[in-house]
Amino acid sequence: MISVENVRFHYPGGPDVLNNVSLQIKDGDFVAIMGENGAGKTTLVKMFNGLLKPTEGTISVDGIGTDEKSVAQLSRDVGLIFQNPDHQLFAETVAEELSFSLRNFGFSEDVVQRRVTSLMNTLDLDRYSASSPFVLSGGERKRVALAAILAWDPKHLVMDEPTIGQDYLQKDRLRNFILQLLSQGKTIIIVTHDVEFVAECKPRVVLLSHGQIVGDGPAAEILTDSTLVEKSSLVIPQIAKLMRTLQNLAPPADIIDAYSARDFLASKLRSAATGSSEKRG
Amino acid sequence: MAAIQARSLTFTYAGADTPSVENIELAINKGEFAILTGPSGCGKTTLCRCLNGLIPNFYSGNIEGDLQIDGVSVKGKSTAELATQVGFVFQNPENQLFSLSVERDVAFGLENLGIPREEALKRVEWAMEVTGITSLRNKAPYELSGGQQQRAAIAGVLAMRPNIIVLDEPTSFLDPKSAEDIVGVIAKLNRDLHLTTLLVEHRLDIVSRYANRVIVMDKGKIALDGPPSKVYGDDARLIGIGLPRVTMLFHLLRRDGLAGERNPITVEEASEELRKVLGT
Amino acid sequence: MDSPIHRLDPRAKFILTLGYFTVSLMFTNLYVLLVLFLVQIPGILLAHSVGRWLRSMRGGLVLGLFIFGMNIIFGTSLVSSLGFTVRFFAIMSAFSFFFMTTSADDLGLALEQIHVPYSISFTFTTAVRLVPTMAIDAQTVVDAQRSRGLELDKGNFVKRIRNYIPILIPLIISAIRRSVELAEALESRGFGATENRTAIVTLRMRPSDYLLIFVTAAGLGLALYVYWFVTLPVLVLPFEIPRLF
Repeated sequence: MISVENVRFHYPGGPDVLNNVSLQIKDGDFVAIMGENGAGKTTLVKMFNGLLKPTEGTISVDGIGTDEKSVAQLSRDVGLIFQNPDHQLFAETVAEELSFSLRNFGFSEDVVQRRVTSLMNTLDLDRYSASSPFVLSGGERKRVALAAILAWDPKHLVMDEPTIGQDYLQKDRLRNFILQLLSQGKTIIIVTHDVEFVAECKPRVVLLSHGQIVGDGPAAEILTDSTLVEKSSLVIPQIAKLMRTLQNLAPPADIIDAYSARDFLASKLRSAATGSSEKRG
Repeated sequence: MAAIQARSLTFTYAGADTPSVENIELAINKGEFAILTGPSGCGKTTLCRCLNGLIPNFYSGNIEGDLQIDGVSVKGKSTAELATQVGFVFQNPENQLFSLSVERDVAFGLENLGIPREEALKRVEWAMEVTGITSLRNKAPYELSGGQQQRAAIAGVLAMRPNIIVLDEPTSFLDPKSAEDIVGVIAKLNRDLHLTTLLVEHRLDIVSRYANRVIVMDKGKIALDGPPSKVYGDDARLIGIGLPRVTMLFHLLRRDGLAGERNPITVEEASEELRKVLGT
Repeated sequence: MDSPIHRLDPRAKFILTLGYFTVSLMFTNLYVLLVLFLVQIPGILLAHSVGRWLRSMRGGLVLGLFIFGMNIIFGTSLVSSLGFTVRFFAIMSAFSFFFMTTSADDLGLALEQIHVPYSISFTFTTAVRLVPTMAIDAQTVVDAQRSRGLELDKGNFVKRIRNYIPILIPLIISAIRRSVELAEALESRGFGATENRTAIVTLRMRPSDYLLIFVTAAGLGLALYVYWFVTLPVLVLPFEIPRLF
């Protein structure tokens, strides 16, 4: 469990980046932290593995405060995947890249070999095993960066803007992969402003604005709240906007993606079809 | 005479085994607003680079076929020469702003081209006005939001008075609201200035309403080309582009036999279509 | 940052700095050097740069002590050693002050206007502009690698050096990628299209700038007079540090 209690943060001599933030994330939760650029999202998640320590308040991971452990120790349980893979790729081969963290954490060499092989298999990176990470395409580099963090199997995973620069197929693969990780019991926290991606994954949404939490609830609830959405430079999912124009059908308030909309409309369309055939008959 | 005319255009990067764009047949007319989309690696960026001379001047390789801008072949033309015909706006606002103030940045291209000072200052005023950033003229680029930075980049390009503007995923780094804003600016410029616009985008839900044409590339070739409602059919979905969600909804309904052949691309169209079928 | 000093033309300021540098080298007399050093203080106050100036002085402390120490060890008199140290600080302070009160933009313009090739002055201003960006990148890389268990503060000397490889390589690669993007954008804005670049903004010398140049000339003149014709009082100390060599 990650627990944030009355956290305030500012850089020395700077204005508050986070103010009075309180939040609980239970094991196995799926949370999207959203908000406008500069709202404090990345600052907040950097506190989960101790890169930043709160100016006031406490953050605890699995019951222990983050000021009691080093970043390396906290990272064992909280894996943080940064937005730009080029900020971490450095090794001569992809296999070396994936082994890096395992060696840092003191795993024995045969465990390292085993894990790296299995990981490359799972993430479809086998053919790049001996390639330099730098010659891979953007999407492939992002996969390697993801693999590099999964290597040591942290309990909680934080992804900072995982969808930027990805095309639809890549995002779809990512979504499925997240669901897989969730089914393994991992906690997944994504920092994002990709509304449609969140609408399809339907996590819990924590909305930050100007350093404070202004919303915390199911995706369908938060993303359809015009005031909150406006405040955070987000937009309402396209499907939700469509549902609003069909109020006379009394759609449930939580339809924000195409599949649920299809399910709802299918029944309405079928009864409309039988209705008109009854009239004719 | 088309603004952009490509015939059998093929390009292979130096050192690559296969062409990144192959046999491109493309004609874009003056004033059109065309979207260029496709899965990662399909050749969109390569095609754009051919249009303003980055290929073959900056990126060497083997180029075949014919490319004409405003009726004149681009062969032998440098990127600097083409800059006055084809403006290029890049994805990352941070790496296309060069000066320490917005005004000087907008003037940057004109300084490079040696445009006389009087003329340059007039164009800078105009460019800042049409992109709505006049009030930001003295700010440093790093003080601006992502959306403002992209506006400044567009202004800097417009100041050189090209007839064509190419934008390569300009909304990538922007939040949804800023993305919608900037696409609105781009559409307005296309309308008001009759500026031929080629916009490379993944976020089709935002841009589709403004375009009269969508070009879908796949594996280096043009796979689909036509008005959005025609292009957003099953083929597009199979190629793997992210259709507007309302369009996807109709694909799903069609699979259950509950919708007709039409592909609505905006909320309004979808709503109208549904209401017709539901009789409400 | 703005003050009357900041607004002065960089060319005039640099002439002043060079003049100051010359005068500092002319004298070894401790009293003169102390006066020279203190003469900067009103300028620093006027430029509201006390904090930054103090920090740059602190940066030079180690080297200053080294200069003092080396002189003493190799037999220079105590008074002369003090003189050399004060001279070091005076020169360092003068150049620091110049850079502190001149924006990179103005420096670039000045370089252009004295006909330094544009590619050089542009490289300079771009480098300055990119320093904060690269500093952020560096921090991000450090954060990213620490999040993978890299511990920069552990291990023996060799291990610590090796630990910087995962920091340096991504930084260099990021810098290269950024440079390519910048170059593409530059080409697309007609960079290098013509030798005759227009200058939208030009630096113009104002009366205050000419006054500054006059003051510099007068100061140099005064210094030369003192150097040739004035017998300076010399500080004599009742003690001396014993010679070590």
